[in-house]
Amino acid sequence: MYDAPTPETRLTQNTLKITARGVQVYYGDKQALKDVNVDILDNTVTAFIGPSGCGKSTFLRCLNRMNDTVASARVEGEIMLDGENIYDKRVDPVQLRAKVGMVFQKPNPFPKSIYDNVSYGPKIHGLTRSKAELDQVVEDSLRKAALWNEVKDRLNEAGTGLSGGQQQRLCIARAIATSPEVLLMDEPCSALDPIATAQVEELIDELRASFSVVIVTHSMQQAARVSQKTAFFHLGSLVEYGDTSHIFTNPSDPRTESYITGRIG
Amino acid sequence: MTDATSANVPTSAPAPHKSSLLTQTALMKKRNAAESRFKAYGIAAITLSLSVLAIMLWTIFSDGVSAFKQATFSFPVTLDAEKLDPRGNRERDEMMRVTTIGYTNLLNQQLVAYLADRGISTEGVSDKDIAAFISRDTPARLRDMVLANPDILGQTIQFEGFATGRIDGYLKGRVTRDTAERDTNISVAQLDLADRMISEGILSASFNWSFLTAPDASDQRPEAAGLGVALIGSAYMMFLVVIMVLPLGVAASIYLEEFAPKNRWTDLIEVNISNLAAVPSIVYGILGLAIFINFAKFPQSSPLVGALVLTLMTLPTIIIATRAAIRAVPPSIRDAALGVGASKMQTVFHHVLPLAAPGILTGTILGLASALGETAPLLLIGMVAFVANYPAGPLDGGMLDPATALPVQVYSWASRSDPAFIERSAGAIIVLLAFLVVMNIVAILLRRKFERRW
Repeated sequence: MYDAPTPETRLTQNTLKITARGVQVYYGDKQALKDVNVDILDNTVTAFIGPSGCGKSTFLRCLNRMNDTVASARVEGEIMLDGENIYDKRVDPVQLRAKVGMVFQKPNPFPKSIYDNVSYGPKIHGLTRSKAELDQVVEDSLRKAALWNEVKDRLNEAGTGLSGGQQQRLCIARAIATSPEVLLMDEPCSALDPIATAQVEELIDELRASFSVVIVTHSMQQAARVSQKTAFFHLGSLVEYGDTSHIFTNPSDPRTESYITGRIG
Repeated sequence: MTDATSANVPTSAPAPHKSSLLTQTALMKKRNAAESRFKAYGIAAITLSLSVLAIMLWTIFSDGVSAFKQATFSFPVTLDAEKLDPRGNRERDEMMRVTTIGYTNLLNQQLVAYLADRGISTEGVSDKDIAAFISRDTPARLRDMVLANPDILGQTIQFEGFATGRIDGYLKGRVTRDTAERDTNISVAQLDLADRMISEGILSASFNWSFLTAPDASDQRPEAAGLGVALIGSAYMMFLVVIMVLPLGVAASIYLEEFAPKNRWTDLIEVNISNLAAVPSIVYGILGLAIFINFAKFPQSSPLVGALVLTLMTLPTIIIATRAAIRAVPPSIRDAALGVGASKMQTVFHHVLPLAAPGILTGTILGLASALGETAPLLLIGMVAFVANYPAGPLDGGMLDPATALPVQVYSWASRSDPAFIERSAGAIIVLLAFLVVMNIVAILLRRKFERRW
């Protein structure tokens, strides 16, 4: 199932979720991203690949304005989520992040119980009205994250006591508990062993049914396995963006070809 | 993949220039020697500090433990109604006219008479010298007792009172016959009489609660001096310091660490906070005198002013410790909270603060400990005064009443001439140390409680 990319015909039916136009990011005087234009589709897994320091994580963090927390970062251009510019002055990034969830490179569960980890988002956003409803959300999220069977008997134990792969799935459950529309994943498998990686990849494929998933990865095999669309970044620019099958079999830019064949990066 | 071929080559004997693992090379020996030297330095440093600590504690305890014991005498006293209430109407105002002098005379006569009754020889000791056994504090206590309950007039009661400082010192070994020969305040004959009184059970040493409860006493009555006012003053101040310094310090640290932009202004504030932590404490005393007493007209010598000064003094320490604790919380936790859509304030209060709490507590306790032992700034705001009255209860404005503090009491006793006060001074240090230990235990328990949350 990993090797066969989804037929392209399915992609064309998907609607646009995020459109980025002319995105430039500066850290102080240094330009980290140059004029990036990308259309991200709904119910699609989009992979960002490229060598280290090429700006793919920076761009991902622009999509839910996590770059706001970096004092020196400055973002230009516009990023539209469902036709609304998320960098508009009226947009509150806190509200945006409820819609655009994020999973980080290193598993970072809160040092609280498993239950508290998952229920935290719904609680602060007031998504549930009763304890029973909250319990249901926690169970659903853990089930979607393929973790329920492993932790259902120890929801009150520390989330930090789980294994690395379980912790990352807990973080995914935490991210989807707020029912986001887009899920951003920043190298979610880089700290995991192959078995946990396979589980998370399987999970990403299932999540596609409900969300638009954007994943940054260093592993080209992973990009090929899980994504339908791939964007290749190099030195702060978006070099090539297209269907995954196309990028990996017949890249149009020589730099893309060099990278996927292992000559640069 | 060269090993595939080399594996087939027959292995020869090890080359002679290769060194054996069984002998140490010269460089290795040097490195090991450096390491053991370093360990020896460390052990020496620890041994030195532990022995200095042991010597310090030994001196304090050997000098101070005796402050918790007090020589008291106990003998039957007939409260002569004619002398103590000459008009015989038991009116409080009338009875107040008999001063402590009247009670002193009564006690002196009764003690001399009682000794004669029991057939205890008073050879070589005049009646005046016998009277010198009784602390000047004791008649006042008897007077208070009678005024509080006039019905006991005319009765004979078993009265217990303090002996004077020299007799007290004799029972504790501070005063000996050798020192008495050189002392104009006491004679060897008096000590002989004290021995006879001890064997008859009139004079004895017992645990001295009034050392912990009584207020300070004048230079002539070291036996009556106690730590009551100082303990209350220190407790009030610690309470006020905690409720002022903790919210201020934590709020300032959170703002500086999590919300404030990093620019020239915050850099300036940061440098200033570090500098303030290094300002000599007496400077804060001058500041407190100028602002709180001269300008704001707060009452002198009050725990409130003392606490305000100590709060200013400890604030930089606590801010520095709290900021370090907040900075030690991994950024990934903040990212995680922001990533699920928590606001900055939710991130701080739900995730950062609970994780930083143990560190904040440690810093706070260190700050409080230094505030508890601080003397210099309190001298300047008048807390070194002689305070004979207890401050009122905490809800009755007691924090505005004059009081002293434990370290100030140590200082003022240590500067008095009577050697009995040196013993009290060391005793007060023991109480101060106990106060500190209690505070530290509370902090450790709280810390453990917070740390148990994963």
